[in-house]
Amino acid sequence: MTRQKRSRHRLKRAVAPYLYLSPSLLIIGLLMLLPMVTVIGYSFQNSAVLRRDPSFAGLKHYQAIFNDPVFWASLWHTLYFTCMSVVFHMTIGMIFALMLNSDRINPTLRNILRVLYILPWLFTAVIIAVIWRLLLEPNGVVNSVLMQMGIIGSKVEWFSSPETALHAVTFANIWAGYPLFMVSLLAGLQGIPKDFYEAADIDGAKAYQKLIFITIPQLMPIIISISLLDFIWTMQVFPLIWITTGGGPIYSTEVLSTYTYKLAFSSYNLSQASASAVVILLISLGLTLFYIRYQKAR
Amino acid sequence: MRKRHSPKDRLITVALHVALAAGLFFAAFPIYWMLSSSFKSNTEIFALPPTVLPKAFTLEAYAAILGDPVKLRFFFNSYFVAGAVTVLTVLIALLAAYGFSRFNFRGKGSLNTLIISTQTIPPITLLIPFFGLVVSYGIFDTYVALILTYLVFTLPYAILLMTGYLNTLPRDLDEAVAVDGGSSWTALWRVIVPISLPGIVATSVYTFLLCWNEFLFALTLTKSASMRTVPIGIQLLMGQHAFEWNQMMAMSVLGSLPLLLIYLVAQRFFLAGMTAGSVK
Repeated sequence: MTRQKRSRHRLKRAVAPYLYLSPSLLIIGLLMLLPMVTVIGYSFQNSAVLRRDPSFAGLKHYQAIFNDPVFWASLWHTLYFTCMSVVFHMTIGMIFALMLNSDRINPTLRNILRVLYILPWLFTAVIIAVIWRLLLEPNGVVNSVLMQMGIIGSKVEWFSSPETALHAVTFANIWAGYPLFMVSLLAGLQGIPKDFYEAADIDGAKAYQKLIFITIPQLMPIIISISLLDFIWTMQVFPLIWITTGGGPIYSTEVLSTYTYKLAFSSYNLSQASASAVVILLISLGLTLFYIRYQKAR
Repeated sequence: MRKRHSPKDRLITVALHVALAAGLFFAAFPIYWMLSSSFKSNTEIFALPPTVLPKAFTLEAYAAILGDPVKLRFFFNSYFVAGAVTVLTVLIALLAAYGFSRFNFRGKGSLNTLIISTQTIPPITLLIPFFGLVVSYGIFDTYVALILTYLVFTLPYAILLMTGYLNTLPRDLDEAVAVDGGSSWTALWRVIVPISLPGIVATSVYTFLLCWNEFLFALTLTKSASMRTVPIGIQLLMGQHAFEWNQMMAMSVLGSLPLLLIYLVAQRFFLAGMTAGSVK
């Protein structure tokens, strides 16, 4: 190659990656970063979106939110829903993964069960909501079986009584979400070197000792990163709650996303909804920073 | 080696199988109930005691859904939007992934972090500005609004998935093209794309699923029945006739078919996509 040709080639190599990335960056910049700036702007305006020349509101909308008991109730429900979901997703996922990984079951049965255990994951939130509404209908199958077994005396309105609604939606979400843990932990289990267990056998370790001292420590990185992701995603729950309870009865299942949605599209208070959306964004960003730091530290 | 066939050992094996059966009931019963209810008449759904198998097997719920042009339109919309977004996402993500995988450039690390962190942005935060934008550009209640907004959520995942895949391909292949004087563009289309099909399929599957399942934006950015997608259609069915449970279940079954089919046919790609970003 001549020198001129080579320097032109080098220039091309230097510019090329930016060209390849430009469509993606354009979309992420215009449709993700810009809207984020916009929503922060809205939260400081009066009658955002609705008026062409909104006036500056200062921190008024944030004050309104922090003085609203429904906001604090929503935050608490979101935390309860999310923590319970993550803990049970992890526990059930772990139990299923360990059972499927056992050498006591026949490989064909293992493959069939693996496919079936993943099933809840294949259904979209709306369909999960509809299925659980059918199951938990006052006249539905769950009530009728529980009554026959004598566990409950009368029909329970799972989704429409304030005492049970939050537990019922949380249960539906636990059912729908454990397969992510199961699949990831199963992959992790298969990656643990066999000699660890053989060495433990030679030392006469019991099954539970192998679980506590080998299996769980080896799976820890997967457990932590999936828990963080699951936490971030579960916090954003919307369709499941919207369709099962709509946040009711009497706000008993209101979560941050339904609270914000109602402010924006039922009350048309888009400024206050923006303030609430910014609060959700900040919580998410905090968790995301934590997640990225953890991933980098590994 | 473990001692086999001792009474204690057998007991453990039996207990394990009992636990597996209980797990199966927990995982599969709700789905079985949806399926069997879709073949029942609406009165049989709440029969006491509940009938495990449909006593009077009927396809009336499916006939009602498939015979209604409004509901068929929901399906068309879902397929069309998810299909369009998938094609666009895969194309755009492929280019970005190629840039990430085959070049070193300033800002690469921070751009990568940016893309990882956009995965976790709450949809509800973007909903309000999107609503403002969509209304002010006059694309409220159109396919364009849905396609553009979905693109933002599918792109980060798709870029990470594709980059991960391209990183597994040996570099000698595209370097050979460069030695022959071909540009990186030629190398991408002649060499990389043909051997990236598994990665492209996994990315497409995941993108399609994300779009197929989307609810919040479809609910807010569309209004007329002719623009609604399947998840919204199921919700509408619930509002209209609160008691047509068999139709709701039939529509749920039909709405789950693409996911089930993809899962059964391409389990490997499906799992690759679903666990992307979590196990690395």
